[in-house]
Amino acid sequence: MKGFTLADLKRVMRECAGEDENVDLDGDILDAPFENLGYDSLALLETATRIERELGVRMPEEVLSGARTPRLLLDAVASAR
Amino acid sequence: MTAPAPASTAPGTRRGTALVTGLDVRAANGDGTEEFWRSLLEGRGGIGPITRFDASGYPSRLAGEIARDPGEDLPGRLLPQTDRVTQLALACAAEVLRDSGLDPAGAPEYGIGVVTANAAGGFEFGQRELENLWAKGPLYVSAYQSFAWFYAVNTGQISIRHGLRGPSGVLVTGQSGGLDAVGHARRMLRKGTPAVLTGAMESALCPWGHVAELTGGRLSTADRSEDACLPFGERAAGHVVAEGGALLMLEDAASAHARGGIRPYGEVAGYAACFDPPPGSGRPTGPARAARAALADAGVEPADIGAVFAEGAAVPDLDAQEAGAIAEVFGPDAVPVTAITSRTGRPGAGASALDLAAALLAVRDGLIPPTADVGRVPAAYRIDLVTGRPRPMAGDAALVLARGYGGFNSAVVVRRCGPTPR
Repeated sequence: MKGFTLADLKRVMRECAGEDENVDLDGDILDAPFENLGYDSLALLETATRIERELGVRMPEEVLSGARTPRLLLDAVASAR
Repeated sequence: MTAPAPASTAPGTRRGTALVTGLDVRAANGDGTEEFWRSLLEGRGGIGPITRFDASGYPSRLAGEIARDPGEDLPGRLLPQTDRVTQLALACAAEVLRDSGLDPAGAPEYGIGVVTANAAGGFEFGQRELENLWAKGPLYVSAYQSFAWFYAVNTGQISIRHGLRGPSGVLVTGQSGGLDAVGHARRMLRKGTPAVLTGAMESALCPWGHVAELTGGRLSTADRSEDACLPFGERAAGHVVAEGGALLMLEDAASAHARGGIRPYGEVAGYAACFDPPPGSGRPTGPARAARAALADAGVEPADIGAVFAEGAAVPDLDAQEAGAIAEVFGPDAVPVTAITSRTGRPGAGASALDLAAALLAVRDGLIPPTADVGRVPAAYRIDLVTGRPRPMAGDAALVLARGYGGFNSAVVVRRCGPTPR
């Protein structure tokens, strides 16, 4: 099965939560806290729901709340599959 | 029932002048304050066929739509989480701040509050998410639905975006809301908050919102925009839904003058609200009581009022009640009356905010904008309805009247203040 990449994550976040004009999502963001990227907890909840729908996986809330950067979220997605 | 004591006598409050130091309007006939005002003076309306959804199957097919997409003026992060009404409110609020010259960064942390009114909430957003829930399931419902539908969301989003952390709130009083919000904001000033961003915005132009309006039974079913909304006319047969509203910066005069460089539009000099008696009681409805109480709150006599901005429900029995109230307070044909809803349509709580904005511009420029051509006005109404062209306004004060579905009555007195560089 194809992996869920940073590019996929950025696409999903742009679609469901929009993009902060002051942040360059195409820069080096893998370890940047979502907060610094302009995404709050609700934006992450929305993102997680999208990922669950696309991949047919479950992302429990306790896993999600620990995923504070794109890298941690991608790890969480990988372990949920 | 006795009239409520004026707010100035309540403990812990003080009477100060409430200046309007910033203003912005979003209306079907004008995007921005000055375009709206020019349209009113030149007699341009914004009512036309509904284009935002297929309305061909509904009894009412006209609306006052705003052409410009408010999302164009907003950051991308805010778009997926906001209904159109909130986008309108956010774009409008940013302009009010700019217009007022008040910089939140330079104000005390709790120095600027936000009090808005809204009668419908984020209907279009809500309809879309309910459709998702019904057709696809809960995983397809946006997390933002949790607040995007809610009446208070405009206040909240404005507060968050600009860091306005002063006393804030929301009023849900139907069409009266635009005045009630400003009345409440004035109370906040008297309790010591230097400035409050206030007013009302509405937009529910989607099938769900339209059906909710239709159940009220007060919408016009006309197909020609010139017949659609005829307040106080003999042929009045309902009003027209619309989107829009106005927001303003209400500022305590002492702190406004202290920061300097202000260019006030005018003063909110008086406010009052009351409920209608229960149906069937035989007692008179509230507009006259609200009008008298607002005049008393402002410390003015009926003769001091140069124009009345009427609700203009364009529903015969409601028009008769309002005309009767005006004639009762001012005397028959004694004060010029105008109803701009004939131009803008009626955007819920935003309607009374539009009336208030028009009244402020009228006292600023000394001109009363004409009501659209409503045909013959029943002689029994005994009101002097301004039609045709703008009429010079006598005096320096105007009265705004509003009623909300379910028995709400509100009135505001606005007054010109000093030399107006606006």
